[in-house]
Amino acid sequence: MRQSNSYIIIFTLITTVFVGGTLAVTSILLGPRQAMSIEYDTKSQILGAVMNITEKDDVLGIYDKRIKSLVVNYKGEEVKTDSKGQPLIAEKVDVAKNYKLKPEERLFPVFKYTNEQDSTQVDAYILPVYGNGLWDRIWGFMALDNKLETVQGVSFGHKAETPGLGARISDDPVISERYVGKKIYNDKGELVSVDMVKGEKGAPLDEHHVDGMSGATMTGNGVNKMLKEYLACYESYFEKVKSQNVAGL
Amino acid sequence: MSTEVAEEKVVEKKSEDLFSKRRKKLISDPLNEDNPITIQVLGICSALAITIKMEPTIIMSLAVIFTLVFSNLLISLLRNYIPNRIRIIVQLAVVALFVTLVSEFLKAFNYPMYKVLGAFVGLIITNCIVMGRLEAFAMGNKPYDSVLDGLGSGLGYSWIILAVAFFREFLGSGSILNFKVFEALSIPYVNNGLMVDSIGAFMILAIIIWIQRSKTGYVEH
Repeated sequence: MRQSNSYIIIFTLITTVFVGGTLAVTSILLGPRQAMSIEYDTKSQILGAVMNITEKDDVLGIYDKRIKSLVVNYKGEEVKTDSKGQPLIAEKVDVAKNYKLKPEERLFPVFKYTNEQDSTQVDAYILPVYGNGLWDRIWGFMALDNKLETVQGVSFGHKAETPGLGARISDDPVISERYVGKKIYNDKGELVSVDMVKGEKGAPLDEHHVDGMSGATMTGNGVNKMLKEYLACYESYFEKVKSQNVAGL
Repeated sequence: MSTEVAEEKVVEKKSEDLFSKRRKKLISDPLNEDNPITIQVLGICSALAITIKMEPTIIMSLAVIFTLVFSNLLISLLRNYIPNRIRIIVQLAVVALFVTLVSEFLKAFNYPMYKVLGAFVGLIITNCIVMGRLEAFAMGNKPYDSVLDGLGSGLGYSWIILAVAFFREFLGSGSILNFKVFEALSIPYVNNGLMVDSIGAFMILAIIIWIQRSKTGYVEH
């Protein structure tokens, strides 16, 4: 009996329905909770570029109060709907997926960190960046001041950089602190980004360079390339904001 | 007639102790003499991949113990109904069920850890220890014994990967559970990059196997 084909088929059917059903129910039940976790994670990363998040902080509350987001394209124009006509939400834009497209076709979220008193004033622009480190992908957020010239903060994440070496981009607060106050434009007004140098000498550097990570030059190169590429992508948007600011004055 | 008498005798026999000697051995054997990693050399891949730091290793251990215990239980309950010809795929489906459950719960309640472990939780499905226990034990034993066997193998796997992770994190990142030991003691220590690499895991694992085998006298035949 146990070896007959019909028994096997019925057994397989029951097993499949049971396993599939259990997983489907779990997935539906846990769905909202998972979405919340992901939202919390994304928002704390975004805010991480401008403040030090501790576990006690009400990340979602601060985010709702301080962050205004929009999506722009390569030309710096605001995009309100996606290709299917659905309204675009900046937090939902998958930077990793967009990274696979040509820069001209990508969507770029912009998170405006508004002033605590006057929410029409922007204190900082927070921009997502994405690229490749030594072993796998790296990503992060860069916060620029309201003149879009000076770095206010960065937060990086990585998938598989070497612990203690390249992984310091996310573990070691010293690394991100080094970026604070650096300028992304040179005297001629050209976008030059901020580069991490090779080696960790602790020597004073000019306003476009930060000290390197000893033993992690390759990760550093990945970070440099990532920042350069994404700042270039946002350049048209920067120009637009600046011209509007001038007109507004 | 005679067979009926024999069956009655079995029923009359006093049921086995909840923690009889044999059952205790089900748990204790995999910890040392029949350890899944060091003696049976199973589940090596994950032992290398997720032992860089202790925190993810603890989560991984819990996930493997959970999967082992519940897969063993379910397969043991079904053991008299599973058609022999498709038993491996049924085992696989059961393992996949529990592993996916773990992964979903992790995603919901500890998203940062979910990101760290990434694919490795899903890869418990292919962890030979789980399939090995189902095929070698749960298919032929009663549910309670199978649970104990799963627990034993899970703990045997866990203590080895935790030991490996302890040395790798301590020597490779200079910390224990993310607490920077050397910085706290202000001892200058240069992190050993080898320990962070998979090679470090091989070396520590080999040393553990060496110590263990010289004590138990186990030799491969």
